[in-house]
Amino acid sequence: MRRVILAVTGTIAGLVALLSFKAHVPTVPVASTSGTGGSSTSSSSSSSSSSRTIPGEFQSAVDPLTAGETTITGKVANTVYGPVQIELVVKSHKIVKVAVLEQPTNTIHDIQIGEFAFPKLISETLTMQNAKVDAVSGASYTSAGYISSLQSAVDHGL
Amino acid sequence: MGTVVSFDAPDWAGRDAGSGAVLERVVQWLHWVDATFSPYREDSDVSRFGRGSLALADCAPELAEVLAACAEVSALSGGYFTTRPGGRFDPSGYVKGWAIERAAAMLTAAGSAEHSVNGGGDIQCVGDRGPGQPWRVGIADPLRPGSLALVVTGQDFAVATSGVAERGAHIVNPHTGQPAAGLASLTVVGARLAATDAYATAAFAMGPAARDWVESLDGYEAFAVTPGGQVWQTSGFQAYRASA
Repeated sequence: MRRVILAVTGTIAGLVALLSFKAHVPTVPVASTSGTGGSSTSSSSSSSSSSRTIPGEFQSAVDPLTAGETTITGKVANTVYGPVQIELVVKSHKIVKVAVLEQPTNTIHDIQIGEFAFPKLISETLTMQNAKVDAVSGASYTSAGYISSLQSAVDHGL
Repeated sequence: MGTVVSFDAPDWAGRDAGSGAVLERVVQWLHWVDATFSPYREDSDVSRFGRGSLALADCAPELAEVLAACAEVSALSGGYFTTRPGGRFDPSGYVKGWAIERAAAMLTAAGSAEHSVNGGGDIQCVGDRGPGQPWRVGIADPLRPGSLALVVTGQDFAVATSGVAERGAHIVNPHTGQPAAGLASLTVVGARLAATDAYATAAFAMGPAARDWVESLDGYEAFAVTPGGQVWQTSGFQAYRASA
């Protein structure tokens, strides 16, 4: 795989080096590494809200109602706040939709973050792709868990 | 230090042999930096040195190198860069960019002529992203989350942005002890990330005065967004701006 992500300890992250989606062959093998006590892109035994998801594996499902679209499920990223899992819908090597399958809901704060931050992250993801940039400097709303799971989906799907 | 690092090495397309081992070494380097320099780890060299329980001579020699570099940036910036941003010893403002620059140098040494390494939005770009295709780095708009203020493009350059929007990374003006509030965000572009990132931190702490300061630095350009939404850039920044 061409892109590799490393989660060192897991709270702040730059959203977007992940988001230059180009239609060429991924190359560098995935070398995801778990940081001590932090998030990681490694698989997890956490249950998922998607029946298509096998932790640590990727499945693509083609929906006959939306021809040409492929759904890719990222690995569960374990963050210090809880598991995060992202799903992408891809068409012609472009992300057309990002969904959060799993996010921390242990506290009111977690829920507030989920309601506030994830829509921002999703909007950033799509904006960066449309701008055809290889990376973004100064991305405002960031989440290592979101990125780790999104990255794993991108690595396997684009 | 709580950062996600992402590597992009397009010239390794189709080259599987060896690249995994190289990345493994780079990843090990980043973990070593975290273990040695994290102020959040009680047993790191930085924490022990900061507490006075470990002499500099007994720390990893890289700490002395980092301290010397920090002292230079501090002197050059009139004290707007500090290794004690929150009162205790914390050279992270230099270490992050330095570690990413080193990671990119490791990829270069391993034979990659084209790559970028992104650590939490601080980015070192090497070569082009492909034949005739310079790297493109978006600069986030600090006042409109999810939007870009502009795109910078080029080859062999580093980009770092400091801002109020970076969660958990509020930059303090060392001269007042208060969070810097003169700018919404400030981006510095230069050749190498260690200095570029440290200058971005110092310049952000300066506020509006940063414009003249970066103008005085050879080989560095800046772009800033004010809290009111106005923008300014140094005289050479235009060369980095993508036309579209």
